[in-house]
Amino acid sequence: MNILDQIAAKHSKESIPEFSVGDMVRIDVKVVEGKRERVQAFQGTVIQKRGAGVSASFTVRKVSQGIGVERIFPLHSPNLAGITVLRKGKVRRARLFYLRDLKGKAARIKEKTDTSR
Amino acid sequence: MIGLIGRKIGMSQVFDEAGVLTPVSVIEVGPCPVVQVKTAEVDGYNAVQLAFGHVRHTRANLPRLGHFRKANLPPYRHLQEFRVEDAAGFSQGQLIDVGIFKDAGSVDVSGKTKGRGFQGVVKRHGFSGGSDTHGSKCHRVPGSIGSSAWPSRVWKGQKLPGRMGHATMHVKNLKVVEVDVENNLLLVKGAVPGAVNTILRLTASPKKQA
Repeated sequence: MNILDQIAAKHSKESIPEFSVGDMVRIDVKVVEGKRERVQAFQGTVIQKRGAGVSASFTVRKVSQGIGVERIFPLHSPNLAGITVLRKGKVRRARLFYLRDLKGKAARIKEKTDTSR
Repeated sequence: MIGLIGRKIGMSQVFDEAGVLTPVSVIEVGPCPVVQVKTAEVDGYNAVQLAFGHVRHTRANLPRLGHFRKANLPPYRHLQEFRVEDAAGFSQGQLIDVGIFKDAGSVDVSGKTKGRGFQGVVKRHGFSGGSDTHGSKCHRVPGSIGSSAWPSRVWKGQKLPGRMGHATMHVKNLKVVEVDVENNLLLVKGAVPGAVNTILRLTASPKKQA
């Protein structure tokens, strides 16, 4: 393993819950207010995952009071307290930017059902 | 304060204390043996000569071998001198490692930049060039380089095309992100000159006056 990979590995999280583009997720973000630290949840659809190693990040989109909100999270950030997959999505592409042009019923994503059984 | 010699390994990203993703340069630093201690009495100034980088015995020339033999050391590839206030604390053969930067806060780094060959004024000096459109036929040219009647010559120092890069550049006040004495690694915030494997000269940044 080369030195750069070792450094990246040292600053990466050991385990990250598996999720993919199209999934509905809840991200628990640590927020520091003055001296107090609390956890804030951000719930939405993963519309892209990019990068590799410690630099990897993903984008979550939600529609809040009719306004689209997107947040980009570094995958290995220590400020992410947790990633919970609420619903698997069935999508055919890696980037769901088309969701930005859709709203309401059209912006829905079909649920992926487990077909392994 | 004394500096060290290092080698650029590359760039990466790490999370700092606040959890912010920070761009870092990874530098292999030392450990550098003291090859020669220069003192004001003998040499007219106080300095420490440090060495870095492996070289095979058969590849080092005799003057170099002899110089290192005096210090009872195997030959090294690179030699650099660092001025010190007082040379008394140093002895020949003593190994200096990256631990000296633990309390430095930030470091200054010098090295040779990547050679870019013969470049025009737009890339080399940041000229704007001419308009690409509106019938312009001058795109990346320098334009006028002086007046005719007086001085009727080109001023010295006029910025013109020429060889770019492969020049020593100094970067000051790079924040020390991590010091790894065990693996002789130093992580500093931001970029350092040169390509991977470039030899770098590192010194602790002077402390700011409060």
